[in-house]
Amino acid sequence: MKGIDLFQLFLYLVLLIALAVPLGRYMARVYQGERTWFDKLAGPVERLIYRLTGVDAGREMNWWQYALAVLVFNISGMVLLFLLQLVQGILPLNPQHFGAVKWDLSLNTAISFMTNTNWQAYSGESTMSYLTQMAGLTVQNFLSAATGMAVVIALIRGLARHTARTIGNFWVDLTRSVLFILLPISVVGALFLVSQGVIQNLSPYLNVHTLEGARQTLAMGPVASQEFIKELGTNGGGFFNANSAHPFENPTPLTNLVEMLAILVIPAGLAITFGRMVKDVRQGRVVLAAMLILFVLALGVCYTSEVTGNPQISALGVSGPTAMEGKEVRFGITNSALFATVTTAASCGAVNTMHDSLTPLGGLVPMLQIMLGEVVFGGVGSGLYGMLIFVILTVFIVGLMVGRTPEYLGKKIESREMKMATLAVLIPAATILIGAALAAATKAGTSSIANPGPHGLSEILYAFASGTGNNGSAFAGLNANTLFYNLAIGLAMFIGRFGVILPVLAIAGSMAAKKAVPAGPGTFETTGGLFAGLLSATVLIVGALTFFPALALGPIVEQLLMFAGKAF
Amino acid sequence: MLLVMTLLTGIIYPLAVTGLARVIFPRQAAGSLVYRNSAVVGSSLIGQKFAGPGYFHGRPSAAGDGYDAASSSGSNLGPTNKKLIDTVAERAAAVRKENGLPPNAPVPADLVTASGSGLDPDISPQSALLQVPRVARYRHLSEQTVRQLVESHIKGRQLGFLGSSRVNVLELNLALDALK
Repeated sequence: MKGIDLFQLFLYLVLLIALAVPLGRYMARVYQGERTWFDKLAGPVERLIYRLTGVDAGREMNWWQYALAVLVFNISGMVLLFLLQLVQGILPLNPQHFGAVKWDLSLNTAISFMTNTNWQAYSGESTMSYLTQMAGLTVQNFLSAATGMAVVIALIRGLARHTARTIGNFWVDLTRSVLFILLPISVVGALFLVSQGVIQNLSPYLNVHTLEGARQTLAMGPVASQEFIKELGTNGGGFFNANSAHPFENPTPLTNLVEMLAILVIPAGLAITFGRMVKDVRQGRVVLAAMLILFVLALGVCYTSEVTGNPQISALGVSGPTAMEGKEVRFGITNSALFATVTTAASCGAVNTMHDSLTPLGGLVPMLQIMLGEVVFGGVGSGLYGMLIFVILTVFIVGLMVGRTPEYLGKKIESREMKMATLAVLIPAATILIGAALAAATKAGTSSIANPGPHGLSEILYAFASGTGNNGSAFAGLNANTLFYNLAIGLAMFIGRFGVILPVLAIAGSMAAKKAVPAGPGTFETTGGLFAGLLSATVLIVGALTFFPALALGPIVEQLLMFAGKAF
Repeated sequence: MLLVMTLLTGIIYPLAVTGLARVIFPRQAAGSLVYRNSAVVGSSLIGQKFAGPGYFHGRPSAAGDGYDAASSSGSNLGPTNKKLIDTVAERAAAVRKENGLPPNAPVPADLVTASGSGLDPDISPQSALLQVPRVARYRHLSEQTVRQLVESHIKGRQLGFLGSSRVNVLELNLALDALK
């Protein structure tokens, strides 16, 4: 490992923590309705929104009212986005005159953006009008992120409160997420991206004559405004097909660094917010520590595999880093491996390197991180609520091993919480494995494979993991714009999102109702290094037990074959 | 709520950013376009196809027919796909032939692998230096002149430590044309 590589990786982690801690504290103030320095600007807008929409900000909801509001709001957003794509041909801001998007692709895309997945079976620059990108896709970039944040805050309230019936008001949590956090950071971030060269205009595509006299059409559009929220909201849907590998989305190593920070800053910050809201900052730190342990492990494997590269290519007399297929020169191996690890630790799915062309183990890391439930920082909101599910599992398992009553934050973990936590882990896992098995066993599934051999299975596995985990990155060789994949992945995204959100909110409700019991000698500490280790081990063990057989047939065997000089 | 949020985040926000960007960073917002004799010849951020021996060549591209900036894409070839290995072998042979190198001379990886976007504007300094003798011979310039031009176009790591050092192919070729 070269010193400068190590330095860049280290710098990223330092900057991430340095930004996440103050942001986490600020978010705690926002969600607890405390005064912030931003009130003067956002306060009047917030009150105006409540007046326009008739929201009574003082009225709290119980868990199923909260869940119902989440469902109604998200599904209406999905329907609106679906319809917008169907009629975009007759609407303004469509300089390339793109027609209606086909119904199955449109449905897939609507589910995809509503669930914070941003799986893209289309190519942005040849499918979507500027209006669809702005008023459809950008909107869901904000709202799906705000939904995730609202849900985790509801869960945190459930853990923090005792003998309470309510867990907050969804409309307020949603509005404050957008107004106080996502929107202001996005405005500043988007302008910074423009300063480095990310485009932001409404012009038609530009025809130029190149130096050699050929014609080149430069795709244009309002890119920066979508680009930044794409990362900040861990959405990941690129304006262009090539996503953050495209120089108009990610022109310099500096934009690359900023985009990677934007991806993880809210998920990492929320761990701090959690500690503040449960009035014990150590509880937040221990979760953050477990996330960091897993992240460094994943990054180490991905980076090492990519630097080692492809021996079959170096055998051809190729010098330098051999795994450059699908990567950009300005990022090189280091910043591509880092981006791939970051984007799949989160449920982001933006890519600056083509994951299909990663070395087998380098590609295993993103896939495994998604399969683990994206709890290594994770998506905005979804990462922390996923990790808190694992916390409950860990507390329970440890309780079984040492014969102590499982307790967390002064509350007993009982059968109902365990059932819900188990559901939240099993539903996505089953969706990934059953979906992938179905695709691997049918012509409709296998005919979309682009790369032969074990890599083909990896493409299918990755697709269902990415959809279910609401990640959205892809082994993009797989032709996903078919009726089968549009519907199957669409369903997987829906189940993966709400199959976790509903159990999480149910846990929030039942934990809020519990009586607080004072910590006794039988209480297991959930704040120290030991717990951070146990928590990260639980995540790894559950993931490995569930997915190792499938991974062995895909990336693991491919890695061995690559070193044995086999190609397909 | 949905309609209010759509208006706020889908209309007001992107239009406000567009307006601000146009005022503060007009060149970047419009695509960092490059002009020669007042005609647009491309964007300094988007690679172009160069095939003639008198120009420096960029990386192989999987975007459309090559460097199609309305159809960005990587090849998505997997690491054990025979097509990848064979294609790289062919490209390496072609590079050696064009540049008059012996059959087992090392060729930098970025010159024989397709980029992620298909629009990578850069190549590594090694890839640029490898092409110096060919370009110099074809343009009847001294190798030293061309090498100096390449060296003056090497962009170091951003801020001294970020990313990789690189050469922007379009900018280099424009400077080459401007030499005489």
